[in-house]
Amino acid sequence: MSTLVTDPTGRPDAPAEPQVRDRADVRRQVKLVVVLALLVAVEIWFKLEITDPEVSHLLKGPRSAENQPVFFDGSYVSWGAVAITAVALLLAVLNRYPRGAGGVLLAVLVGASFYGSFLMWAYADSALPIAITNPLGGTLLVATYLVLGALAGVVCERAGVVNIAIEGQFIMAAFFASVFCSLAVASLGGLPLFWTPVVGMVGGALAGVLVAALLGFFALRYQVDQVVVGVVLVTFGYGLTSFLRGQIPGDQAARLNRPYQLENVEIPGLADIPYIGQAMFNQTLLVYLMYLAIPGVWFLLFQTRWGLRVRSVGEHPKAADTVGIDVIRVRWQALLLGGVLAGLGGSAFTLSTGAFTSQMSAGLGFIALAAVIMGRWHPIYAALAAIAFAFLRNLRDQLSILDEKVPGELISMLPYLATIIAVAGLVGRVRAPAASGQHYSKGD
Amino acid sequence: MSAPLSPQTETVTPEPAGARSSRDLTRWLPTVRDTLVAIVLAFAVGALLIIVSDEESLEALGNIIDHPGSFLVYLGDFVRHSASAVFDGYSALVLGSVGSASSLERTLERSAPLICAGLGVALAFRAGMFNIGAQGQALVAALAAGYVGFTFDLPFLVHLCAAVAAALLAGGLWGGVVGLLKARTGAHEVITTIMLNQVARFVVLFFLAKEAFQRPGSNNLETPVVAESARFPQVFGLHLGIVLAVLAAVGVWWLLERSRLGFEMRAVGSNPEAARTAGMSVAKVYVAAMALAGMLSGLAACMTVLGLSQSVTENVMGSVGFDAITVALLGRATPLGTVLAGLLFGALSAGGVRMQTSAGIPPDLIQVVQALIVLFVAAPALVRGLTRVRRRTTTETKEAGA
Repeated sequence: MSTLVTDPTGRPDAPAEPQVRDRADVRRQVKLVVVLALLVAVEIWFKLEITDPEVSHLLKGPRSAENQPVFFDGSYVSWGAVAITAVALLLAVLNRYPRGAGGVLLAVLVGASFYGSFLMWAYADSALPIAITNPLGGTLLVATYLVLGALAGVVCERAGVVNIAIEGQFIMAAFFASVFCSLAVASLGGLPLFWTPVVGMVGGALAGVLVAALLGFFALRYQVDQVVVGVVLVTFGYGLTSFLRGQIPGDQAARLNRPYQLENVEIPGLADIPYIGQAMFNQTLLVYLMYLAIPGVWFLLFQTRWGLRVRSVGEHPKAADTVGIDVIRVRWQALLLGGVLAGLGGSAFTLSTGAFTSQMSAGLGFIALAAVIMGRWHPIYAALAAIAFAFLRNLRDQLSILDEKVPGELISMLPYLATIIAVAGLVGRVRAPAASGQHYSKGD
Repeated sequence: MSAPLSPQTETVTPEPAGARSSRDLTRWLPTVRDTLVAIVLAFAVGALLIIVSDEESLEALGNIIDHPGSFLVYLGDFVRHSASAVFDGYSALVLGSVGSASSLERTLERSAPLICAGLGVALAFRAGMFNIGAQGQALVAALAAGYVGFTFDLPFLVHLCAAVAAALLAGGLWGGVVGLLKARTGAHEVITTIMLNQVARFVVLFFLAKEAFQRPGSNNLETPVVAESARFPQVFGLHLGIVLAVLAAVGVWWLLERSRLGFEMRAVGSNPEAARTAGMSVAKVYVAAMALAGMLSGLAACMTVLGLSQSVTENVMGSVGFDAITVALLGRATPLGTVLAGLLFGALSAGGVRMQTSAGIPPDLIQVVQALIVLFVAAPALVRGLTRVRRRTTTETKEAGA
């Protein structure tokens, strides 16, 4: 990363701009140029590595009689990607790179073309004809936990409570969602099977709230360091769920740990959109809930009186207290709402994939935490970061069936490395809510 | 993110030597009492968990609800069953940890890495940093120690030293980078260590998939066992790791209490701005503290890889890195406290195995009890409220607030 902070004055091709530019602006341009130049170089390398460019895709849906792999020449994609990135590079060199929405659009385009060029390289020349499958479905499954977990983190941290315990909320919710759902299947005979996972979701949400309540009890009531409580609660969640899982006797496993899986619900109309319709709008209730939660949390935090209170409590509790806001009460509310969100996210582990196994959340709660930071403590951005991380995770899973070409471990590391780079301020500075992690008591 | 993450325990302001000895005792006694009460409380909750997951007790409980008429009969049943379940579990725990010479050995074996990694967390604590990264530091160190241990062919002591040095280097780098990032860019160590833990996992997985790290004839991702010449020497079947751990504790004590760097660490830990004003290099302290913390975690990895000569896998360190946090918190970030807490948690971990084999209770209960101990220790007000011990003096509240 040292190349990113090279002295900008040494660059010969800096255009003579009439307006005055400050150092930070020049530095930003240099970073952009370096990154885009690297991308172009890598994309050209990808293309040159390919000997047989023919690949196939299965983007419309799973393989069936009428849906066979479509073969096409990957060269177009590879060169198209190089062209798009080169245009962006040219704009950056001329300092004409668009700002605002246009810039974001171009960045997305560049990202997509890099992804395409990478895929062509990864899938070309493989020993077996493996088709490129649609990444949306797998991404959305992982995104369900990550987005809901990240939103939980945003709500808590905006109120000034650091929630390291998202992982603990996940694992507890996964367990209790499974138990509640299995019990509903076994004992609530009158309930249609379709609705039993909803009982599981309630159980998951309750478990999330329980962990949040423990966090609040120790961190808010007894003013124990929030990070300490969070770390300990993760251990607690892992231990408790593994213990209880181990105590379920074999003959009871069917009654207590065999959740009925959430069924897909098709949204008429939207589900018929080619390529994305089936993946996005023939989904489970939890996924739709996730879609709704993103704008919902944004609305709550930025358009309501309660949201203003939450944010003020997280930024400057003393000022909030002075105008009559009960700091601790608002923090409790935010914490418990976060518990519901993280609990729903955690319940997806068992309600969308199967029976509970020990430590099945496997560090995803920490990726959700990373998404909170990458998303700069903003619900929309955090959700986007969570989706990006989910996409990476799904990409790794997709590529794992290919041979040794791409080490999946390196892709798995990316979210964490990106977060470290982000907090180190190498790519834009991120700032946490000012009072995040600090105790508040009236006397201070 | 300027949250003060220092341990809310004793203040680390230096005091004149004469005033210390008398005050230490008065400050220690309530701490010891609170800690003991916390441990007892945690075990009480553990007992509750054993009861509610014991089949016979639950059956008796069900009978009480079904037949309220013979309430007393079934209540007696319930009490008898639950008491025997708890007694079976906890007696197995005690027997498995200190009951015999071999179980005592196992306790010490398990304590050694906990003590080392715990010292790393404690050291960073005293310098004002919360090191959640012991797990990642230990993992990369385990890989480094293992690699040197099984790849090269060296004479006995040289090989051992080389393997330990590799572990210390790897752990030190993995920790030091956190200090460097904090010093140079202000990146919060809690975030970077959490992320580096995950990165370490994938780094290890990446290398384990390589030919040079694969154990011949094994289908799992595991390395060969280290060569004989790189193992810790053994006395009566017990490897010398525990001695090293105690030496490390003495070293950390000396560093913190007697050395110039340690003084600077404590100064930075209690107030970085004041330390900077006093002319200390806060950046240097951050880097040094985290590098040393990483090296201590690396030493913990040596206990497992070179002491117990386990092959390196993704899970070779278990949850040592996370337990180290609880050990350091329970030990109140002091070397002596960390050693005692490490011994306690090592005993629990060793006893947990016996508890599973003879009483059928999953050893995960130990993890719950450990978490509860730390929560109770961290909230002395809660413990005092529960046990109705009145606060004695107002000076204590002042200290807690300071």
